[in-house]
This record gives sequence, C-alpha cells and structure tokens, in this order.
Amino acid sequence: MLVEVLFYVFATILIAAALAVIISKNPVHAALFLVLSFVTSAAIWLLIEAEFLAIVLVLVYVGAVMVLFLFVVMMLDIKVEEHRRGFTRYAWLGWITAAVVIVEIVGVVTARRFGVDITRGAAPLPAAYSNTQELGRVLYTQYAYPFELAAVVLLVAIVAAIALTTRARRGLKHQDINRQVAVKSTDRVRLVKAMGTKAP
Amino acid sequence: MITLAQLLTLSGILFALAVAGVFINRKNVILLLMCVELLLLAANFNFIAFARYLGDIGGQVFVFFVLTVAAAESAIGLAILVVLFRERRTINVEDLDTLKG
Amino acid sequence: MNPQVLIAIVLLPLVAAIIAGLLGRRIGPVGAHSVAIAGVALSCVLSLHVLWQIYWQGVAAFDAPVYTWLVSDGVPMQIGFLIDRLSALMMAVVTFVSLCVHVYTVGYMRDDPGYQRFFSYISLFTFAMLMLVMANNFMQLFFGWEAVGVVSYLLIGFWYTRPSAIAANLKAFLVNRVGDFGFVLGIAGVFYYTGSLHYSEAFSAAPRMAAQVLPLSATTGVPALTLICICLFIGAMGKSAQVPLHVWLPDSMEGPTPISALIHAATMVTAGIFMVARMSPVFEYSDTALSFVLVIGATTAFFMGALGVVSNDIKRVIAYSTLSQLGYMTVALGASAYSAAIFHLMTHAFFKALLFLAAGSVIIGMHHEQDMRKMGGLAKYMPITAVTAWIGALALIGTPFFSGFYSKDAIIEAVGASHRWGARYAYYCVLAGVFITALYTFRMLFMTFHGPERFRAATHHDGEHADAGHDAEHHDAALHGDPHESPAVVTVPLIALAIPSVVIGFMTVGTILYGDYFGDSIRVLEKNAVMGELAREYHGPIAFALHALLAPTFWIAFAGVLTAWLFFLRRPELADAAARRWSLLRSLLVNKYYFDEFNEKIIAAGALLLGRGLWHGGDQTVIDGGFVDGTASAIGRAGRLLRRVQSGYLYAYAFWMIIGLAVLLGWFLNKSR
Repeated sequence: MLVEVLFYVFATILIAAALAVIISKNPVHAALFLVLSFVTSAAIWLLIEAEFLAIVLVLVYVGAVMVLFLFVVMMLDIKVEEHRRGFTRYAWLGWITAAVVIVEIVGVVTARRFGVDITRGAAPLPAAYSNTQELGRVLYTQYAYPFELAAVVLLVAIVAAIALTTRARRGLKHQDINRQVAVKSTDRVRLVKAMGTKAP
Repeated sequence: MITLAQLLTLSGILFALAVAGVFINRKNVILLLMCVELLLLAANFNFIAFARYLGDIGGQVFVFFVLTVAAAESAIGLAILVVLFRERRTINVEDLDTLKG
Repeated sequence: MNPQVLIAIVLLPLVAAIIAGLLGRRIGPVGAHSVAIAGVALSCVLSLHVLWQIYWQGVAAFDAPVYTWLVSDGVPMQIGFLIDRLSALMMAVVTFVSLCVHVYTVGYMRDDPGYQRFFSYISLFTFAMLMLVMANNFMQLFFGWEAVGVVSYLLIGFWYTRPSAIAANLKAFLVNRVGDFGFVLGIAGVFYYTGSLHYSEAFSAAPRMAAQVLPLSATTGVPALTLICICLFIGAMGKSAQVPLHVWLPDSMEGPTPISALIHAATMVTAGIFMVARMSPVFEYSDTALSFVLVIGATTAFFMGALGVVSNDIKRVIAYSTLSQLGYMTVALGASAYSAAIFHLMTHAFFKALLFLAAGSVIIGMHHEQDMRKMGGLAKYMPITAVTAWIGALALIGTPFFSGFYSKDAIIEAVGASHRWGARYAYYCVLAGVFITALYTFRMLFMTFHGPERFRAATHHDGEHADAGHDAEHHDAALHGDPHESPAVVTVPLIALAIPSVVIGFMTVGTILYGDYFGDSIRVLEKNAVMGELAREYHGPIAFALHALLAPTFWIAFAGVLTAWLFFLRRPELADAAARRWSLLRSLLVNKYYFDEFNEKIIAAGALLLGRGLWHGGDQTVIDGGFVDGTASAIGRAGRLLRRVQSGYLYAYAFWMIIGLAVLLGWFLNKSR
C-alpha cells in the first residue's frame, strides 16, 4: 500500500520534471529539472527492487553526466531572452506525435499476445536476494565480453572528447611529424653562386 | 503492489514527452541532448520493469550497458557542441543549417 | 533484230555527250560539235533502219532484257528494250529532230562560251529520251523520265548566271517532281498488284486489276486500276505540262531556243503522251481514268491557247501553243484514239520544232530581241525564215493538205464520235481551240514578219542614247543596220523540218490512223474503238482534205486567221480598243489565270507554314521542350522539391526519424493483429 502511494508520488514528480525540462526557458533550469527526474526515477527503481542500478543512475548519470551538462551550459553563456521566439509555432505537431506514440505504446502493451499478464504484480523475491550479487554473477561470466567492450567505448569517448576540444596553445612550438617527413632537399639546401671580391 | 501496466504507462509517457521535446525545442541544442537523455531513461524504465516481472536479470544487464554508452555519447556530444559554439558562437538550432540541401 | 544495234542507238549519243562534256576544252568547239553530231546522226540512221525493219520488213517486235543491273528480293532490275511499231516511230522522230537541232545549234550558239557544254547536254538528252522510249520495264522508264527532267533542268538554266534562268529551271524541276510523285505511286501500284516491273506482266494483268478494289477505309474503296492509271497520268501531267502542272513550260523559254525546240516541243513533253499510249492496254480498262485524261486535256487545249493571244514574247506565244497542242494530244488519248494522239505527236514535233527554230532565227537576226512589239516587216529581210515560219503556221492551224490538218482533224472527229463522259465538253474545247490557235498563230506571224517596221523606231531612239553612252550592252542591242537572214547552218534545218511539216501527214495518215500500223503496240477495247468507227468513213487523204472544206473546223480556223489579220495587221487600233474594253478578261489572261500566284501564295506558302509549324510546334516545343528540356527540368523540379526535406535542422531530422518509428510500430501492430 505504501509502495503504491510512493510510486504514484514519485511518478507524478517524474512526469512534472520531464515536462519542465522541455518547457523551460532557461537551460540551467532545464538541466536541474533533468537531474530531478533522474533522481525520482532512481527512487522508483528502488521501489522495484533494482537497487544497484538505481544507485548507479544517481552516481553516474546525475553525478557525472548531468554535471557535465551543467558545466557546458554555464560555459556557453547563452542568452535567455532569445529562446522565447518561435516556440509555439510547431508545438501542435509535437503534441500530436507524442499522442500517437503513446497510443501505440499502449497498443503494444495491452495486447494479449505477448504472453505477459500486465495486470499482476511482481513475484516476490526471496529474502536473501541481493540485486548486486545477481548482477555481478551474470556480468562477469556470461556478459564478460560486452563488459570489456563497454570499457573500450568509454575509453574511446574520453579520447574523442579530448581530441575534439583540444586547442593548440598560442606560441607553443611543437613538431609536426607529417611535415617533417614530407620535406624535400630543395626546401633545405639552396646552391648559390658566390662572387669573389677579386678576379682570379 | 506496482503492476507492470503502471510502469509501462509511465515509461510511455516519459518517452512521449521526450519526443515532443525533441522538436518543440528550436532554440537550444543542449535541450535536444537532454531530451535524448530522457528517451534513454524511458527505455531503461522498460527494461527494468520487464527484467523484474519476467524474472530475467538480462534486462538489468542491458540497462547497465545503456548507461555506459549514454554517458559516452553525451560526453562526445557535448564536446562537439563546445567546438561548434567556438566556431559559430551560437547554439540556436535554427542557425545550424549548413548541411541544407 | 540485233540487240547490238539497239544498244548502239542508245549509247552513241551518250558517248558523244561524255566526250564533249569531259574533254570539251581539249577538243575545242569544232571537235565537240563534230562528235555530237556524228553520234546523233549515226543513231538517227540506225533508228530509221530499225523502223524500216519493223514496218516494211515485218520483223517481229523485240522485247527482251540486255543487262541485269541487280536482283532485289526476287525482282530483277534490268535494262531492256521493247521495240515495236510505236517505239520505232518515236525513236525515229526523236533522233531526227535531235539531229536537226544539233546542226542548228552550230549556228545559234556560235559565240557562246558554253558551246561544248551545250552539245554535251543535248546529246545526253537524246540518250535519256531514247532510254525512256525504248524501255520494256517501269524501272528503265522511270530512269529515262527522271534523266530527261534532269537534263531539262541543266538546259533551262544553261545561262546559269541569270537569276531568271535559275528560277525557271528550279520551277521546272519542282513541278516535274510533283508529277513524278504521282508517277512513282502509279508504278508502285502496278508492282503491288503484279509483283513485277515489266510491261508485259502489267499488260496481261490489267483485266484482272480492273476488278480489284483498293480499300481506302473499312467500308469504302476505289477501283485499283483507276487509281493506278490516274497516278500514272499525274506523272504525264507533270512531264507534258497539263493543267495545273503546266506552269513550268512558259518559264522554260529562259533556255536557249534550240532546246525549246528539242525538249519543250518535240521530245520531252511528249514523253507523257507516249507513256499513256504505251500503257494503253492498262488504261483501256478504266473509263474513269480516261475521262479524267480527257477533261484535263481539253481544259489545257483551250485555256492555254487563250494565253497565247496576249503574249508579246515570240517564244512565249509558241510555248503556249505547245501547251495547247499537248492538250489536244491528251484529249485524243482520253477518247481512246491513241493512234491519233501519236500521229499528232509526230506531226507536231516537226512543225513546232520548225516554228521554234524559226523564232530563234528571228531572234538572232534581231540581235537577241524577243519582243514582237519591236519587230515587224521582217519578211523582206529574212525570206527563208519567213517562208518556213508560214509553212509551220499553216500546218499548226490545220490547213487542209498540211500535216497538222490530218492529225488535228482526226482528233476533233474522234472526240466528236466518242461517248465517254466529258467528251461533249472536250469537243467544244477543241473546236474553240481551233479558233484560238489560228488567232494567236497569225497574230504572231503578222506582228513579226509583216506590217510596219517597228524596230526602226527603236533604233532611232536607241541611237540618240548610243552617242552618249555607247557601251556593249548586248541584250539591249540597238539595231545597227537592217536585220539579215541567218547563216545556212540555221536555215538548212528549217527547210529540213519544213518538208515533213507539209508532206508527212498526207503520206502517212492512211497507214497510221486507219491502217493497222500500230498493231499490237496499242490496244483498244471494242467498245471504245472510235478510230475504228472513223476508219469506216475514211476514203483516202485527198478525200479527207476536201471533206474538211465542208466541215466547221476549217471555217473556224479561217475565221481566226481573218480576225488576226483584221486586228493586228489592217487596223491595229481595234486591238487596243478591244484590250481596253475587255480589260478584266485581258488582265486575267496576262496574269496566266493567277496560277503562279496560287502556287506561290497558297501551296508554297502553305508548305512553308506547315514546315514552320512543325518546326516550332513539333520539333522545338514537343521534342526539344517537352522531351529533352522537359525531362531535364522535370528532374530539376523534382529535385528542388525533394531538397526541402534536407533542411539542415536537427529537430526536423529527429522528427522524421520518430515519424518513421511510429509508422513502423503501427505496421507491426497491424500485422500481428
């Protein structure tokens, strides 16, 4: 009973926050509302007994990704007033598409065929169930390879982000190996006819 | 007791909101990226719900990887955004149309 | 009959033409004319020999190929000869007249820089005409047909630096082409129904073709033979200058006089007449076609003669006379009196060539002056010319005992006796034509050879100017001194032609018209045999001539002569008064019934309009604009439309992705429902 109430509360907050994200004029506000929506969804995940992922969501997503978002938003120094124009022109199209998507999702979900009875609750878990342990058991055995690949993806992301945004420091001399290798002798040596001061 | 239906409906609404956000927003590329995060969140919801109700832990493993890739993707996306801003001095979506046919 | 002889007859003029043409500069004028005259003279002698063989010796007709050019789809294209009574007669006439003209040319074209070229051309013409006349298949006939047309073009435009000559030769060629179009259709029709190009096959298939119907649509059709005959006759209309394809003949007088005599009086224009007579076994089976021939010929005979009354150029008067006489021949063909047509063809060849050469003699004597209003009283200065011209004129108007009388009267009586549709109209036309013929002929004679000497006034007039700016303007020549008779090379051919003009009719009328001269070469069906009917009343040439004194024809001609004497010799002011009173009629005649204007403004302009319309509308608009540019611009337009999808805006792309997603979802849902 409590669980249900909590669920509805958190669900309401989540939807409101999501709405706020897309309606906000100020991008900093939008980022913060996004943080709120992540936190409430973590709370809901806790209610479903997916604790590990709920904590990971907060730590990684909110703690890292959203902070990054905020960094960028603040760094870019965006003017707030410009963002009001043209908002409502295509809003109707957006809402219609949203409605269509909802209808379809509901259609999928309520169909009898998928062998899932969606009206029932979850089967109760055994008392010694540890979500983290279960995840770990599978992650390092069955899904070890994708795990390593995920690590590589992260590495690539780091390198890419740095390579994209790095700026050369002015006045800093550095070697350009390509140009060094492509040098021709005529670039380095020039034969000059030297005139003597006295005739031979 | 939370039914599967409730969770799925919730994620559906979230997804729809994010979709609406993608093209309501004309002014800010960062908002675009944030809506993409919301989309991913909605998808994660689905995975978690089904993992719980079908008793298959594979759903949660998948969410694990989605989180990883989403983080990587937003990092790179923001890096691109920063470089774009350096060049264009604007992040107004309507000004970024050089690939227009 | 020896085929070598026949080949020699045809090839001798050709060889002479090639030598005179290609080596003309090297062998000089004398060499050129010697070669040409030798060639044609030999050909003439051999042709007369062939005629003697065919008629007096009774040798059988020769019908065989001498050379196969190629075989196409089982149809052989050959050079072959059909020598029977008809073609032997034509060969003799053609070579004899050609020989006379060759000799005449020596004097007429003496100072012309193109002397050798001229001889080459007239020998070439003789070759082409002989090929036409001796042919035994449609292919060779068509070759000869076209070849005479080409040489006629070359000769009319002989003085090619003159724009009027070029205009005239183009006109001749183009009008002939129109006729040739019908001709080719006719030949194609014959080939379609018989599968062969030989005369013999066509002749034997004629009765069968008469019953066949050529379908024009699902329900209507036209008798095949009638259509074929009319098409063939259209070719004859072009070549023999029948209305409305007659417009080229008067303008062909731009060429030198010898060719007017050779081509446009005696030989080329008679090719059409010859062709219809040769095709008599085919034409006989189509009454409609023969009525068509009859009406066209009668119209030409009368209306063209009327034009001769108002012309002032001596050559033009004779040209209109030729048109009119060709009409007479055509009328005879239409009345199924083929022998009368060929007979008139022969006699006309002599006296018309004579008249043209006499006119040429006058022109030389007057230093290339052709306007009759500047002549007069020349009989005193050019007696031989005047006498031979009178003989020719008398023959032309049909004076009894002269050759023209026998042929012309035979035609008129044949038409009178015919029951074909159109024969009544034709009869009145030819009778009226007799009056008109006499009128213009004697007008010409009186204005040229008799009456006051109008060239004197011209001399005085020009004499005053001559002191001021006397430069050699030859065509504008002032006459220094009196006109004189032409040299012997000119007058001998005149005499040579005058003799047959008098006697040949008398001598041959019995055999040719009423005897069995043509035999199998001309076929006439029983029901059409007008000449057979007339033969019953024939009692010899003298009786024929005397009987004519009682017939209306003679008196009509006499009335014409009297009218000419009155209006143009005795009281010329009457002529001017009449011209003023009937000015409308006169302007109609002077403008040649506006045929030229019609052709130019309506037919030619219409063709130009059609061409321009097709060019703008069809080529530029549809093909260039629609297909070529159209496809390009359509692709461009489509591209421009599609381009808008790629707007460059991120949200638009995302939107389309989601739409696509929604569609896919919906499709999957529907599929699994």
